[in-house]
Amino acid sequence: MKFLAAIGRTTLIILAAIGRVSLFAWTTLTHLLRTPFYPREMGFALLNIGWLSLPVVGLTAIFTGGALALQIYSGGARFNAEAVVPQIVAIGMVRELGPVLVGLMIAARVTSSIAAEIATMKVTEQIDALVTLSTHPMKYLTVPRVLAATVTVPLLVGIGDIIGIFGGYAVATGTLGFNKAAYVQNTIDFLQLRDVVSSLTKGAFFGFIAALMGCYFGMNSGRGAQGVGRATKGSVEAAAVLILAANFVLTGVFFSL
Amino acid sequence: MIKLDNVHKSFGNNHVLRGVNLEVKEGTSTVIIGGSGTGKSICIKTILGLVIPEKGTITVDGIDVTKTNRDIFLARFGMLFQGGALFDSLPVWQNVAFRLLRGGLAKPKDEARAIAIEKLRRVGLTPDVADRFPAELSGGMQKRVGLARAIAADPKIIFFDEPTTGLDPIMAGIINDLIREIVTEMGATTMTITHDMTSVRTIADHVAMLHGGKIRWAGPVSDMDTASDPYVDQFIHGRAKGPIASVR
Repeated sequence: MKFLAAIGRTTLIILAAIGRVSLFAWTTLTHLLRTPFYPREMGFALLNIGWLSLPVVGLTAIFTGGALALQIYSGGARFNAEAVVPQIVAIGMVRELGPVLVGLMIAARVTSSIAAEIATMKVTEQIDALVTLSTHPMKYLTVPRVLAATVTVPLLVGIGDIIGIFGGYAVATGTLGFNKAAYVQNTIDFLQLRDVVSSLTKGAFFGFIAALMGCYFGMNSGRGAQGVGRATKGSVEAAAVLILAANFVLTGVFFSL
Repeated sequence: MIKLDNVHKSFGNNHVLRGVNLEVKEGTSTVIIGGSGTGKSICIKTILGLVIPEKGTITVDGIDVTKTNRDIFLARFGMLFQGGALFDSLPVWQNVAFRLLRGGLAKPKDEARAIAIEKLRRVGLTPDVADRFPAELSGGMQKRVGLARAIAADPKIIFFDEPTTGLDPIMAGIINDLIREIVTEMGATTMTITHDMTSVRTIADHVAMLHGGKIRWAGPVSDMDTASDPYVDQFIHGRAKGPIASVR
């Protein structure tokens, strides 16, 4: 009986959490369309989430692309299929590794930063101060960040895909003896528009999730330094898990199309 | 006039407010005193709508605060938070002029900056502070910037939450004098939360003591020292022995 009660309690806790996050997401979406808008905050969010994430995204992508080329070459050699390196690097980066790794890097860099910043604002009464200054915290803090992430992460994914493919190209042509022109041609010939569309669509979803989790955990943080720490940790965990779950669902959807 | 009528607020099993009744007359300075954790800040936050009471009504000039346009309602208020609550990402002048740069009270940027600098001067800060960030200021300067922000839009009602906490006696005296001057000059209705008796004597026209979730005593500051209530007597004289338990 105790076992069943524990399952019931856990189920209720999970459902309540899903409900709270869904309500928060819905509130954010409704505020997207309502005035006032804060272009200055939006500009800062675009700069912070998009532009300043480029180095980490680029480095992640180039090393991943290079390693992928080596793995495919080594694995392919077992059944005389070394020549498929350009195609598999391209499809691997664009369909899966590009969006997922960029999403996870954004969760590490951006989600944590948003959660810590907003949680600190809450602990130091800055959120209350916003309200007393007739400024809705959702509009001023959440909307610009979520919108900026949803817009910029697909761009980062696109750039990550290109840099990742270049990483594979550099390794394959530099150390594995592939012809440069043939490698590029094989990559272009193999990729389809739907691969790119799925990659960028995933990026938009992952950006939305990453920023939303940062804002949600920040706004609902506990008191003191421990509260800020818990909010930051929880936001990254939730964002990473949701990104991977969303990736599975989106991959299934694109496969079925 | 601000009126709290039978206001209740609990956090889990912690019943912070258990039927607060309080009237603050227009143009007067009321100070709420009471021990730490007695719900003084919650009391102010319920008026501003930052905390929703479970029971009771709060009216400002006869209008129920839950049934009014929030933006218009809040535009009448200024608040100095205990820790300043300045926005780290904005320079000082934009903190002060925050309300003047956005929403219904928005003014051109140059005008908002000029007003911010004037308000900074009013609280004893020089214009060179305007372009610095809050993290570059001392605690006393941050409090004064918070004060400048609270009065920036010339509000009709101003709340001060522990305005002198964490400050040295001289800076506390400066802040107390500033608040008194501003209140007299602007003719605003003010509520101040403090347990600093020097602040009470400098700032208050009326005093209300909150204890056990209720207003234990309220009256003019001139009657405070002769109040027969043993709780007030213990609190204002800072005695360890008395009806207020030392372990709360």
